[in-house]
Amino acid sequence: MFLSIDLIYILEKLILIVIIVSISMVVAMYTTLAERKVAAFIQDRRGPNRAGPFGLLQPLADGLKLFFKEEIIPMFSNKFLFVLGPGLAMLTALMTSAVIPWGSKLELFGREISLQIADINIGILYVFGVVSLGVYGIIVGSWSSNNKYSLMGGLRAASQIISYELALGISLIALLMVTGTLSLKEMVLQQQEGYWNIVYQPLGFFLFLVCTFAECNRTPFDLPEAENELIGGYHTEYSSMKLGFYLFAEYINMFISSAVMATLFFGGYDIPFLDESTLPVNVAGVLGIVALFLKIAFFLFLFIWVRWTIPRFRYDQLMGLGWKVLLPLALLNMFLTGAAILFFDK
Amino acid sequence: MELTTILFLILSLISIGSAVMMLMSRNPVYSVLWLILLFFTISAHYLMLNAQFLAVVNIIVYAGAIMVLFLFVVMLMNLNADTEPMKNYRLQLVGVIAGGSLLLILVSAVMKIENNQPVMLMVGDYGLIKVLGKTLFQKFVLPFEISSILFLSAIIGAMVIAKRDTPSQITKGETEKRSS
Amino acid sequence: MQPLTNRSQAVNRAPLTWWERIYLPAIIGGLSITLKHFFRKKPTINYPEKTRPFSPVFRGLHILNRDEQGRENCTACGLCAVACPAEAITMEAAERLPGEEHLYREEKYAARYEINMLRCIFCGLCEEACPKDAIYLSETFAPSDYQRKQFIYSKNDLLIPHPEKEPEAYKKALGNRAGKNEVK
Repeated sequence: MFLSIDLIYILEKLILIVIIVSISMVVAMYTTLAERKVAAFIQDRRGPNRAGPFGLLQPLADGLKLFFKEEIIPMFSNKFLFVLGPGLAMLTALMTSAVIPWGSKLELFGREISLQIADINIGILYVFGVVSLGVYGIIVGSWSSNNKYSLMGGLRAASQIISYELALGISLIALLMVTGTLSLKEMVLQQQEGYWNIVYQPLGFFLFLVCTFAECNRTPFDLPEAENELIGGYHTEYSSMKLGFYLFAEYINMFISSAVMATLFFGGYDIPFLDESTLPVNVAGVLGIVALFLKIAFFLFLFIWVRWTIPRFRYDQLMGLGWKVLLPLALLNMFLTGAAILFFDK
Repeated sequence: MELTTILFLILSLISIGSAVMMLMSRNPVYSVLWLILLFFTISAHYLMLNAQFLAVVNIIVYAGAIMVLFLFVVMLMNLNADTEPMKNYRLQLVGVIAGGSLLLILVSAVMKIENNQPVMLMVGDYGLIKVLGKTLFQKFVLPFEISSILFLSAIIGAMVIAKRDTPSQITKGETEKRSS
Repeated sequence: MQPLTNRSQAVNRAPLTWWERIYLPAIIGGLSITLKHFFRKKPTINYPEKTRPFSPVFRGLHILNRDEQGRENCTACGLCAVACPAEAITMEAAERLPGEEHLYREEKYAARYEINMLRCIFCGLCEEACPKDAIYLSETFAPSDYQRKQFIYSKNDLLIPHPEKEPEAYKKALGNRAGKNEVK
């Protein structure tokens, strides 16, 4: 077999990858600012407003600070793995963006450019696989730190993510039964024609949302880094930009999870009550991207809003919620969905 | 040489190398990490054979869940690089003989395969999820359903075990009642 | 013990009802509370750009006054140092020489006048004691510093800007206290 290579096609995809990765980075950067601003507003404060107008340059200042901080590698740590950990966390955080359809398509330079890096027919499974790998960055980093608090954080992260992955997967299976496809692009197209999947799967969406919070290690499920019991959890020993990578990976994870949620349950780049096919291709494409990012912004706000409202779970409560509540609910949801499909199709 | 063949050779080199490194590493954590790398290269091989579903499931199940538990256990046991439990030379000899005969069988089995194309990009569709699903639900529906029931009962069993109140919890509840 | 207020409540140890155990009503209630605060007006003001108005009796950093022609009012009588409960004021007197009439209003003046701002309690007794209207407390804070010796304010730090050479700075330093002195 010879692989026929279309050079321009590869170039197009490479440019798309660069754009999407840098957009993810920028969005994650500004999510840190949003986090601080929203936290401040919820607590009747003003938040950072010194660097630039409304504090818009604050993320740059934070990044610069992290770059210039002294880098400390503990003496008895495992040096290679210690450096590998944050890199893995960042890598797995960014990898998911490959299968998300960021918009329908654009016509530039006489070429029709699809705004999705890879429309593979197992899109959801890919997302699921990458999410399940996300824990490695945390485990490797925590173990190589040679610190008991870090190790505790890593173990918590591992057991938490494995437990919630189960409910996440089963809630997704119910969705798959409704859509009948694994490709994210096709799901969006289906939702453009019919109703959004949230209409068919309200319970499934709720379960997915809760599990996503747990997978992103966000409050109320931020036990891996519970600062008042574990100091900093898995990143206790990290400093400088390596710490920055861990913190950043969390925000990228949030961004990508929001994108996945918007795509799976809220129509992706679909604009409600508007028939995109009547618009010119480029206008529809750009509007679709804007619509998707508005949905993502809503979910990011939800993430932050919940963080500054709900306190952390106790560890046994966390495990109890995952195994005794979410998993049975997910199974029930799957069962009900199957029954409904059987009933209505006949 | 074609591009895909080069890709195949590189991948095979990495997978064999990581397998060897997994065996050679003194630190069990390193062994597990090499094993994870091995799973990734095996998934890449699946991808080259146009079996996307198998590739992703391999990553989700093995690299994503089972190896995390492995790593978990190894880290908790805190095995040092110095501890080497296997010092029995007779056992090592038995191991070499068993491994060697397994290798012989594998080699003879591989030699008998007629279609030994390493890369099958875009050829055949028996690895795709649609075909796989049809095969599973038509040809092998009974074994598939039995195994799925087995898995479901395992999950429900785990939940039942988790839901059962342990004696300590009951006494705790009683003391709370008394104190109120 | 008798409860001091009528707000004390017995702890409710009843097991949670089903409605309470699903947590969702409580979570939604909490989220609505935080959302309400999100849109509330913030009490914080952006300090260096905006300042809160001072009370008319606010006592801040000291200022050594001059008259309209820019001559120092202080005659180094020492009443402020005597009145000072914290003993923060030190001064040395000197005699005015011929030709210095445009500098000092009377024959005697303070050659050295120091206030230790770390000792000062900003009580304003020096202002009350002064017969010459030479010292008063302004509406500014003593700024922070890294060294203790920076807090010993000398005459250069305390003197009000010259009213004829720098009229704007003079007016600013005088602040709302201008009228207050005349009444006295």
